[in-house]
Amino acid sequence: MIALGLPPEASTIAPRVDLLLYAVTIVTGGVAIAIFVTMIVFGIRYRAGSKVKRAENVPEAQARARRRVETAWTLIPFALFLASFAWAARLYMVRADAPANSMELFVVAKQWMWKLQHPGGQREIDEMHVPRGQPIKLVMTSQDVIHSFFVPAFRLKQDVLPGRYTEMWFTATKTGRFHLFCAEYCGTDHAHMGGDVIVMEPAEFQRWLNAHAATQSMAARGEDLFRHLGCSGCHGENASVHAPNLAGVYGRPVPLSDGTTVVADERYIRDSILLPRKEVAAGYAPIMPSFTGQIGEDDILDLIAYIKSLASTKERPK
Amino acid sequence: MSSWTTGLAGDVPQGHAVRVETPSNYLNAKFTIGSWLATHDHKRIAILFAVSITAFFFIGGAAATMMRLDLATPAGDFVKAETYNKLFTMHGVIMVWFFLIPSIPATLGNFLVPLMIGARDLAFPRLNLTSWYLYVGGSIFTIAAMIAGGVDTGWTFYAPFSTMFSNTHVIYVLAGVFVVGFSSILTGLNIIVTVHTMRAPGMTWFRLPLFVWAQYATAAILVLATPVLAMTLVLVTVERLFGIGIFNPVLGGDPLLFQHLFWFYSHPAVYIMVLPAMGVVSELIAASAHNPVFGYKTMAFAIIAIAVLGFLVWGHHMFVSGQSMYAGVVFSFMSFLVAIPSAVKVFNWTATLWHGRITYTAPMLYALGFVGLFTVGGMTGLFLASLALDVHLTDTYFVVAHFHYIMVGGTVSAYLGGIHFWWPKITGRMYSDRWARFAAILLFVGFNFTFFPQYLLGIAGMPRRYHAYPPEFQTLNVLSSAGALILALGYLLPLLYLGWSLFRGARAPANPWDATGLEWQTSSPPPVHNFATPPVVTEPPYAYRMAALSRDVVDAREGTR
Repeated sequence: MIALGLPPEASTIAPRVDLLLYAVTIVTGGVAIAIFVTMIVFGIRYRAGSKVKRAENVPEAQARARRRVETAWTLIPFALFLASFAWAARLYMVRADAPANSMELFVVAKQWMWKLQHPGGQREIDEMHVPRGQPIKLVMTSQDVIHSFFVPAFRLKQDVLPGRYTEMWFTATKTGRFHLFCAEYCGTDHAHMGGDVIVMEPAEFQRWLNAHAATQSMAARGEDLFRHLGCSGCHGENASVHAPNLAGVYGRPVPLSDGTTVVADERYIRDSILLPRKEVAAGYAPIMPSFTGQIGEDDILDLIAYIKSLASTKERPK
Repeated sequence: MSSWTTGLAGDVPQGHAVRVETPSNYLNAKFTIGSWLATHDHKRIAILFAVSITAFFFIGGAAATMMRLDLATPAGDFVKAETYNKLFTMHGVIMVWFFLIPSIPATLGNFLVPLMIGARDLAFPRLNLTSWYLYVGGSIFTIAAMIAGGVDTGWTFYAPFSTMFSNTHVIYVLAGVFVVGFSSILTGLNIIVTVHTMRAPGMTWFRLPLFVWAQYATAAILVLATPVLAMTLVLVTVERLFGIGIFNPVLGGDPLLFQHLFWFYSHPAVYIMVLPAMGVVSELIAASAHNPVFGYKTMAFAIIAIAVLGFLVWGHHMFVSGQSMYAGVVFSFMSFLVAIPSAVKVFNWTATLWHGRITYTAPMLYALGFVGLFTVGGMTGLFLASLALDVHLTDTYFVVAHFHYIMVGGTVSAYLGGIHFWWPKITGRMYSDRWARFAAILLFVGFNFTFFPQYLLGIAGMPRRYHAYPPEFQTLNVLSSAGALILALGYLLPLLYLGWSLFRGARAPANPWDATGLEWQTSSPPPVHNFATPPVVTEPPYAYRMAALSRDVVDAREGTR
């Protein structure tokens, strides 16, 4: 609707957010207007000079009125608030649950640019090309301070933190070019840390992918890194060191030496590379060195992509 | 100092047999600078605070004016990005810590709490003076750091930007805010002890004016929340100076920890700013409507409920921060809950007008402005409490508009209304009500002009803290900047007519508004020890127009105004 000046609705969730926005606007606006009208009516009617009939004993009249209205005007707002709370919370939970068939896209934020990588290895800066109608899951991290990935046309925003992965998913419904902003203040050029989201028809998107094809996919790049960084020396098939087999590990529960269990997701893999002593797999000695400072966020994402690509195999990587 | 200074200086010749005298009061008791800078009188300390926060208000306002000038064009041609970032940091730090938080508690609260409960002073007069010196010391230190190069972290000091990435004077500014925090704690402590121990005979808890209830609740928040801010600032300093990992994940810290700690203080801080304003407005509306406050006890309990629930909602600043989704749901629910007592207060203020005899003097116009703007600010707070809406609106201009409606439209309106209402009591002089009403209306118009467009900017998706923006946002930004100029005028105007009244205003009677409350039963300005004879309280608060007071008496009393 033009009345509120909302940006275009370009994702599946956008019209649902807008509907809630209109409902809340109408209800709160209605209540506000009712209050203002009452104030004006009382203000004129009971002005000092007016001859209107007033109670002989105002405190007593107030006490009588209170018994009638006070419960009502506590409970009615409470009911309205509950409704708004529940509606908004449900929608918020939808936002947290990416569909299983989502296509993954990887985002690394740094002062003051957005770096994106497609699974096929295509890289972009300050632009994000996505196909219409396909659920997309962004896996995001920051190289320095906190940023926030904000696409007004999608009605979505998610802070991007250093040291961990945050996720956000959407399905674009409109082709076109939409604003991408950084919404968390991040220093000097915060206002210029933005770009465009470009939503394309799937066929067109495929052509774009082909035209920008990288020499290697993320997983292939990760495989190279796996060898160059020496990971394969312990985790590979000819390893003499007793180290966990990474094939098939992604997405599975891993028993830890302290008796607990974690699911081997992106966070676990990332932490295992940078903080290997934090969660040691059960039955293994804590001998892995940390790669902190030797490896960038992009490289970690490539390594994760490689380990994910081994998810369906049982063979030790070469 | 000899006794002649207590007489009217000037036209009365020395040694004349008939001396025209103003009775000795706290203002003319002594005139030396030392008598002000070393005073233990809560009324004089209140004035010291009032003068200093006014100075900071205009410094902070100047920063805001420069930002609005810069935002008149999409490219932000007026200042560089770095300068802009320093400006909004300076604006936020000054307005939050050096103006809003001390505004009502340290000036009106300081002046009025002892008067309203029938006490001679606050419980700890020396602590009160110490509070002012800490405030002035800390804030001047911060301003010096800002002049020496400034700081660009935003008033929120988010880590790890503040701890590892900003190359500005972060530590100096933190140190200044840290010291000013102790001023808050001391003032809070003083008010709590005073209300507990120094009430006049007959002044039971449920005879306290709502202003005192609000100051009391605020004081409790000041004492409980401010130490958390102090600790957080120390932790930022430790990480920044010594590289000990607390917030930065590269050092093994957690950046969300900072946000939890910071908002654990800073959300209650919002109530530190707005609860005293609610107290002021209750007094103003009751006195102008010549009616008891509708639902006095409900109003008192609502204040307490807001103060308590205010501690349990900090996570609503973090719905997209990466905190657990379930935490988000709980914080959203608590935020709706805290809105209920606030809504009830608005209803009760409206109902206070019912069957009243309303006079529209300047304080009433400010109070009505408060209710209107606070209502809009509160309603839009519900948008932000609604999880899915907050995802779109947070960190946009919608949030900027929302909290300015509460803090500027709300608190500053109430503060100015309070200053106008108690001006005759504080200074002993009347001001031009006509000019004051004009200023109140100018402020209301200017305020809406400035900040309403910002709601629309936020809905349209313009992020906050942007020095430059896409051209489609320009129209609304120009409107907002134009409104800011009207607003600036509205803030400068009271300086003129109130300043004029100090020298040329008519002498104020003890009770110019025909209001209830102990402060109106002593002379204007009050004597050094507040009351000639210690008061005894025999009535409920706001004892306007009880049955005992016949219509004729009321009419006769109102006719004298």
